[in-house]
Amino acid sequence: METQKTHILRRLFFSTLYLSAFTFGGGYVIVTLLKNRFVDQYHWIDEDEMLDLVAIAQSAPGAIAVNGAIVVGYKLAGLTGVAVSVLGAVIPPMAILTVVSYCYDAFSTNPYIAAMLGGMRAGVGAVITSVVYDMGKNVVRAGDPVNVVIMILSFCISYFLNVNVVFIIIAVAVFGALRSVAAQKAGERS
Amino acid sequence: MICLRLFLSFMQIGCFCFGGGYAAMPLIEEQVVTANHWLTMNAFSDLVTIAEMTPGPIAINAATFVGTQVAGPAGAVAATCGYIFPSCLFVTLLAYVYTRFRNLSLIQQTLASLRPAVVALIAKAGIGILIAAFFVNGTFSLAAGNVSFRMILYFAAALVLLRKAKLNPILVMVLCGAAEVIFYCAGTLIR
Repeated sequence: METQKTHILRRLFFSTLYLSAFTFGGGYVIVTLLKNRFVDQYHWIDEDEMLDLVAIAQSAPGAIAVNGAIVVGYKLAGLTGVAVSVLGAVIPPMAILTVVSYCYDAFSTNPYIAAMLGGMRAGVGAVITSVVYDMGKNVVRAGDPVNVVIMILSFCISYFLNVNVVFIIIAVAVFGALRSVAAQKAGERS
Repeated sequence: MICLRLFLSFMQIGCFCFGGGYAAMPLIEEQVVTANHWLTMNAFSDLVTIAEMTPGPIAINAATFVGTQVAGPAGAVAATCGYIFPSCLFVTLLAYVYTRFRNLSLIQQTLASLRPAVVALIAKAGIGILIAAFFVNGTFSLAAGNVSFRMILYFAAALVLLRKAKLNPILVMVLCGAAEVIFYCAGTLIR
């Protein structure tokens, strides 16, 4: 029994460590990889439950990769599982960025690397523009005018009035909660 | 003391970044550039560039980078712990509630309203990075010599490569960087 648990914990740790070290391109990639590993390969979680776990990971604040590791860890081994999988998910980016930040000063004073980073900044701007375009298009295409208004208003309030991002998120979350409660009540009445 | 401030700042980022990936960017900018002046807007743009190229969530990358710059390894650990603390709390709580009640629809409907706001905030942070890239002194001003047409050209080319040629984003970024290095080398040769 005890050895079974340490076996699960060890696999959990090395799975999240490995996935976190080789996941480029954002949180949603790691979610599919987690499913791949724990549903298709190990058969420790069934498919439907995995979908709900991903929904939980997306419902809570924080990085999807970390949240995904937490739900899977919790599901498989409780609080110890959470600790082990978070550690696995966090070590690779921490190790890499520690090295990068020690080199950064030497990095940024070197004219060639400064030129490289300067040019790449325009590229990052393009990547973000492209992402925002796709996400914005999805909001508009979904056809809910209230969501479009939320998007435009939040942009104007944060860009032109410089209101702290946190207040905007809290205000929209409260509005969204009231709205979904109202929608559920309306659904019950009809 | 500085470690405590790092912990609390990144805890705030961890509490309010809904929607993954780029959603953390405006919050990190608010804390790190605007509120605490730990990084300049240019260094923040570099950080986003580096985070794009390395694996792992941008917020963990940012926490480690800023923490190390401000207070060494202890700062990195403090900032990272601060960032993941709310995640651990909320996700575990939700997972517990889920195993008990299995009702997520209210939370998910609330998040559906939050998503458009997150898109808007990412757009704002993206504009900040573009301004840092396009204008030589890093602020929006159309004064002579301040607008870098070369950067605008890279940006346009990168957009075409991303949207039309569907190239990998990391490759597109590296190509932009390489173009600028070639330009710099050509400049030193002529001089």
